Amino acid sequence: MSTATATVAGGRPARVRRSAPRHSLTRGSALGLGVGMIWFSLLVLIPLAAVVWTAGEDGLGAFTDALTNKQTFNALKLTVLSSLGVTAVNIVMGTIIAWVLVRDRFPGKKLIDLVIDIPFAMPTIVAGLVLLSLYGAESPLGVEWNNTRKAVFLALAFVTVPFVVRTVQPVLEEMDTDVEDAAASLGASRATTFRRVILPTLAPAIFAGATLSFARAISEYGSLVLLSGNLPNRTEVASVRVYSAIEGGNPQSAAAVATILLLVALVAIVVFDLIQRRLARRG
Amino acid sequence: MASTASTAVARGNPVLKWVLRLVVVGYLFFLVGWPSGLIVRRTFEGGTQAFSDALNDPDVTHALQLSGTIAIFAVLINLVFGVGMSLLLVRYEFPGKRALSALIDLPLAVSPIVVGLALILVYNPRYGWFGEGLDAHGIQIIFAKPGMIMATTFVALPLVIREVVPVLEDMGDDQEQAATSLGANAWQTFWRITLPGIKWAVVYGVVLSMARSLGEFGAVKVVAGNISGETTTAPVLVQQKYQNFEQQTAYAVSFLLVAAAVVCLIVVALLRPKDHTTSRATATAALQEKP
Repeated sequence: MSTATATVAGGRPARVRRSAPRHSLTRGSALGLGVGMIWFSLLVLIPLAAVVWTAGEDGLGAFTDALTNKQTFNALKLTVLSSLGVTAVNIVMGTIIAWVLVRDRFPGKKLIDLVIDIPFAMPTIVAGLVLLSLYGAESPLGVEWNNTRKAVFLALAFVTVPFVVRTVQPVLEEMDTDVEDAAASLGASRATTFRRVILPTLAPAIFAGATLSFARAISEYGSLVLLSGNLPNRTEVASVRVYSAIEGGNPQSAAAVATILLLVALVAIVVFDLIQRRLARRG
Repeated sequence: MASTASTAVARGNPVLKWVLRLVVVGYLFFLVGWPSGLIVRRTFEGGTQAFSDALNDPDVTHALQLSGTIAIFAVLINLVFGVGMSLLLVRYEFPGKRALSALIDLPLAVSPIVVGLALILVYNPRYGWFGEGLDAHGIQIIFAKPGMIMATTFVALPLVIREVVPVLEDMGDDQEQAATSLGANAWQTFWRITLPGIKWAVVYGVVLSMARSLGEFGAVKVVAGNISGETTTAPVLVQQKYQNFEQQTAYAVSFLLVAAAVVCLIVVALLRPKDHTTSRATATAALQEKP
């Protein structure tokens, strides 16, 4: 089989390289893999397994306790709804920002490119501090949004700004305007061109970014600590609930909420993937 | 819907073009630009007084030192683990490789608080799975430096690997095989052939890990506990100072943290050759959580 590939490829090195068999483990690399796996298990796999295990130790008891506790339920509800809302905002705004960055030209565009990276470079606790300066008590805008749900939404929007932009941008850069022009010259309206040509191409990137935004938003903690006030039933999010359960010496209920968060993230990944496939197929 | 006008923007429908520009600039200005600018202004309101005050505060210097130490350890561990794992994943064949490759991204999808919780459940001295045994031998992990280093290592774990793996795949192993056939041993091949090839990916991975490690808040806070002073890292100190109404100190420490991260990113942007294969998008996306 490999001879055939090599002959067909006619000596092109790339082809030959791909068909070359990879090495099986030598003694040195097997040792390396062993050490690496032990470290990875001790650091990541066993601790995460411990979370799920601790949550499920008494069957579903810890989960029903968590979900029937009004404060925990409200925290989870706020987390999931705010994250969905922020993700929707990111899908629209992220795509528009990427669009302007790739297709438009004006002075100061570089600055926008830079501003988008700020939330990544900023430690989360500092992000909260930064938002407090404009939307907190001494706001020059005259709004006092600290300790409200608006603050939760703001913090999540702030930390997730770059995700959709940075996933859509490279796809837009590589996309040829020829196809759009062809569609337009064949009489397609702008709306049709957008729906049938642009959207299917961008959909995978948009939803990859959306998945990242959502996963980040439901697990956010640092930026909310100073900003949201963590008021029970009003502005308290799920990771704050997990934290107070740990502090309160109740690791099992902390583990239950943590496991629910992990499940929500998994469900979101599957759902976003389904939506993305449906949109991509429309092309 | 604004973005319906693909060709219009390219060919110039001025109204739409300006609407889109305004929307983008307005959104980013109110969400990111203005608040960030305000913080910088408030930090320097009294000149550099806040900085000298902050740097004379033993709490601050201790926290900065602690953060630096923890970040350096975490980055070194992730560097060795990351380069080794990348080589194994790309160059070798072994059972369970695909599963391992998927699992390595896991830390990016987990909330920092859950990372802390996970480590506590296994390593705390009272009821942890391994913690009791370790405690009996006098080894303390939770509420001490080792736990804080582990938490930081955990959250930054995939960053080096995600940078190095695509470059290794691109590079192929022709040159390595040539070196081996010419009599080079494994170390010589690695130092002379493989490492120069992945140099930039490694540097970028290290810088991203450094930025992430310096700013880690939630995971470290959980494993550090409330032992005042001893285990307070710089981001945790920012919270404490702010809540103690020492805003100026909080601003100064924040500014130092952000400056360190920004300097890291700028240095690499300047150093890195233009034709480097890893796109900026994947690099920045890697800095944050990814499922």
